[in-house]
Amino acid sequence: MTQGIFNIPFLAVAALIGIGLYIIVFDRNLIKLVIGITVLQAGVNLFLVSLGYRQHGGVPIYTNACHSNMVLPVPQALTLTSIVIGVAITAFMLSMIMIIYRHTGHIDAKKSRKLKG
Amino acid sequence: MSKIVRSTSEFLIPFIFIFGLYMIMHGHLTPGGGFQGGAVFASGMALLLVAFGSHKLEKKSKAHVLSMLESTGALAFIGLAFGGIAVGFFYNFLVGSSIFGHIPPSGPNRGDMWTGGTIPLMNMAVGLKVIAGLSLIVLVMALASDKTGSQK
Amino acid sequence: MRRVAAGISLTIVIAFLAVTALLVHPFGHPPAQMDDYIIKNTQRETGANNAVAAVVFDYRGLDTLGEATILFTAVAGVVMLFRKREGETTR
Repeated sequence: MTQGIFNIPFLAVAALIGIGLYIIVFDRNLIKLVIGITVLQAGVNLFLVSLGYRQHGGVPIYTNACHSNMVLPVPQALTLTSIVIGVAITAFMLSMIMIIYRHTGHIDAKKSRKLKG
Repeated sequence: MSKIVRSTSEFLIPFIFIFGLYMIMHGHLTPGGGFQGGAVFASGMALLLVAFGSHKLEKKSKAHVLSMLESTGALAFIGLAFGGIAVGFFYNFLVGSSIFGHIPPSGPNRGDMWTGGTIPLMNMAVGLKVIAGLSLIVLVMALASDKTGSQK
Repeated sequence: MRRVAAGISLTIVIAFLAVTALLVHPFGHPPAQMDDYIIKNTQRETGANNAVAAVVFDYRGLDTLGEATILFTAVAGVVMLFRKREGETTR
């Protein structure tokens, strides 16, 4: 357990994912549900970036580089993919919520269960 | 919005657009790329929308033009990916040729614009796609929320 | 009753995540054979100084193709949700 003290970023990842899951499970407001999903996405992105960190490493770009030790490029590329997908899905979810509000009149998940006309 | 916001964004928006285009063009040399530069450009569009209202912006940029630009970007991206099909999908077939074909010296260097093979062209295609797509999302959602707000 | 069951299972999941966070490789020392290959050969094989751009557009291009497809689908979905229907009766 001596390595436990160095794994604080992974503990932060666990905390972020836990907060996101708590919001998704216990909240009924649809806007807050989207906020919870966004927090969970932030946790996953932090996990990917901290998985690829190398001690005393710099950015993996050779233009005017002044260091020879570079962090891993593949997790950063996957994080880039994940961020763009998150933006697109968040926009889609928010527009779905706008349509639900226009049809039923409120954004509570319990009350807007029956979609009227 | 008020006059202060309007004149400030009139001053600021050209710089935001130019910074986004710079990020797309130098994607293979410096941090950034098609997705990031497109997001910066689309945030400039969002600032335009907030400052001047959605109806004024809709007259300038029609929704179907943006949709066509996005499809053009996607088609250019897939076409560039199919260009190296002789060796493999997404093979970088332009390295060593006359278009973006220089090979940089290994190790840290100054950065040459004319390197990278298909990567700068793919950056431009993806940048066009992201600019058009995110601007379309912001514009359509603003128009729809305008209508909802006036009905209530 | 339902909320209690949800709370218990959520606590179990978070405890599992916290234990797993302590058992990953130590922070700052990842296993890196593939990434060392990419860092060493990116300038010779793709000609780009930026290793992340080389990974996104060359080594793992199929991922980017899927990402572009998802972006296109989301934009098409948003435009389809807000299209104008004739005879639409909003409240």
